[in-house]
Amino acid sequence: MKLKFATLALAGVAVAALSSTASAADCDEIHLGSAISLTGKYATNGVHAKNGYEFAIKKIAENGGVKIGDKCYNFRVSYYDDESKGDRGATLAERLINQDGVQYMLGPYSSGLTKAIAPVTEKYQIPMVEAEGASRSLFNKGYKYLFAVLSTSEQYLASAITLAAEMATANGKDPSSVKVAVAVENDPFSLDIRAGVLEDAGKQGMKIVIDEKLPRDLSDMTAILTKVKLLKPDVLIVSGHSKGAATAVRQIGEQKISVPMVAITHCEAADVTGNFGEFAENILCSTQWAETLTYEDPIFGSAANYEKEFKAAYSEYASKKVPYQTAQASAAVYVFKDAFERAGSLDKEKVRDAIAATNLSTFYGDIKFSDSGNNIAKPMVLRQIQGGEYNVVAPSKFASHKLVWPRK
Amino acid sequence: MDQIMSNLGLLFEFPIVNLKIILDGVMIGSLFALAAYGLALVWGVMNVKNLAQGDFVIAGGYVSWFLVKTEWLQSLLGVSDNFVILLGVLVAFVVMGAIGWVCYKLIITKVIERDLFTSLLATFGLAIMMAQIMNLLFGSDTQSLKLEYDTLYFADGLIDLPIAKLIGVCMAAGLALAVVLFMKTSRMGQAIRATAQDSRAARVLGIDTEKVYAFTFSLNAAICGAAGAIIVMVWVIQPFYGITYSVRAFVIVTAAGLGNLPGVIAAGLGIGAAEQYGSHIFGIGYQQAIAVLLLLIILIYKLLRQRRLRQVLQ
Repeated sequence: MKLKFATLALAGVAVAALSSTASAADCDEIHLGSAISLTGKYATNGVHAKNGYEFAIKKIAENGGVKIGDKCYNFRVSYYDDESKGDRGATLAERLINQDGVQYMLGPYSSGLTKAIAPVTEKYQIPMVEAEGASRSLFNKGYKYLFAVLSTSEQYLASAITLAAEMATANGKDPSSVKVAVAVENDPFSLDIRAGVLEDAGKQGMKIVIDEKLPRDLSDMTAILTKVKLLKPDVLIVSGHSKGAATAVRQIGEQKISVPMVAITHCEAADVTGNFGEFAENILCSTQWAETLTYEDPIFGSAANYEKEFKAAYSEYASKKVPYQTAQASAAVYVFKDAFERAGSLDKEKVRDAIAATNLSTFYGDIKFSDSGNNIAKPMVLRQIQGGEYNVVAPSKFASHKLVWPRK
Repeated sequence: MDQIMSNLGLLFEFPIVNLKIILDGVMIGSLFALAAYGLALVWGVMNVKNLAQGDFVIAGGYVSWFLVKTEWLQSLLGVSDNFVILLGVLVAFVVMGAIGWVCYKLIITKVIERDLFTSLLATFGLAIMMAQIMNLLFGSDTQSLKLEYDTLYFADGLIDLPIAKLIGVCMAAGLALAVVLFMKTSRMGQAIRATAQDSRAARVLGIDTEKVYAFTFSLNAAICGAAGAIIVMVWVIQPFYGITYSVRAFVIVTAAGLGNLPGVIAAGLGIGAAEQYGSHIFGIGYQQAIAVLLLLIILIYKLLRQRRLRQVLQ
């Protein structure tokens, strides 16, 4: 009898121990939905984003899941392939909400797809946290259920203006003496970038000496660079997707354009270091996130740790850098976890309010939403190509390397 | 408006810039002229207006790019990238010639006797197909090759002349010369010219016009391919850039007229220079608009002149 009791007690302890270690496995499910580009022109980045979502879900489960009250939950996401097409994305969002009964959405890839899906989630009052749509036109429509963890596109190169002002002050000059040249493509994303640059340059009283729009099929920008030679600006801003980056870097090198600061977008997509070697030296490139930043959080650890663990989980990334598209997708899932726990409920209105009140430090950067739903706490990061490596130089608070200035 | 005035002002303040603009224009114009010459050839000989002209150019660029990036030749022959990039022009000429021949046998031969609309549709379809296939094979990112040569500088560095560009222009000129000599002296060249003048008479006199057509189309694709291989080492290529070269080739041929080689070269160089001036004064966004505007002016001018001639006849 005594023995029997002892075994029972032992078994009880064992069960208790088991249940506490395997708690995440017994958790209930929170069902999220996402239409994401797995085929079509955005397929590469769509897959990056999906991997980011899945990695975050796995990490959160490993850390005990989402705790609401005394119950725990794991995320499960239903994905549909939107084929990189807006109308398809909107249809799939309807299907996720009406047929699959999804109450919370993760965003698609690209501003265009987000723009197509946001009216649907808004109509059904479904909170959507998105990580891949940066156009600021998403945040002036008065959407109440759309939240974005990334910096909006007008911030992409605006930090270069701040940096130029800092350098002018450090060299005993007035920031208003800085001359700025801007050449961006004539598309919504690049025009957002231009608007951000012009606004910040205007605040500092800087003079815009060149303000040109690049054509969609750009292959030659000597005309602009000749003007740059004549007018000698202090900052040159170029944004035109990968063709803009490739053309600019090549011709800046060929024509020996010696502007103290050159800032562009899409450096990695155009592989400017691999293709043009020393021509790319000391050019500034903007990015949402870099693994050398000193951000951290309790789930993913530091940015560097995220990079390391992600590579371990997804071997296809082993030989390259983890793209920021992946990091921000993980951050979006983390925002949901945090919001559910603070809301203490599965009620979507309460969750929506909890998301709106987010004030979170993550490995991806701080997250705090404005009334329009964009993240206002995280700055854009500028990296400078130094010896063929991308090194973070701004914002100065998180910089791992010093800015090389003036360029050549 | 202010910007336009200040841009104009720069031209007078620094007169040397004019020289630079003309040089840049001539360099890019020489490649336009090459693509346009191929178009004129096909247009003149078989009355097919090839809308896939630009896509042949881009495909030639990708042939050369692929050859360099696989590094297969470099390791096999132990030669440098530079050598393979230059060799790429020849390889693109040959490979695109073969692709042109296949395109002729599969598509063009079926539409050659049909009306204008059918051949336009067929070549337009070919253009879309080629762009999408290149997109699938090589991705949508911009690509380019870099020749390891210096840049020459004149006038306090205001004029720059990359040696790579000079080589490209010389190759384009050499190719044009070779094609002209071929057309003038070889039997095939004579047959092509005879077919262009009157295909029925040529057939009566024993010329295999089908063979001439196939050869002409394949020669055109080869010329375009070589032009593309030069473009990839001087500028950049992307699967969907073909249309810009098609548009310019059409403008040039329309302006110069068929069978007028000096005219095609002059128009090519002229359009190159006009575009550079236009993009300096009005902004680079209007570069292609300048080409189209020029076409419009030329067409109106030709129309007026024709009307005057007709009046004289009456």
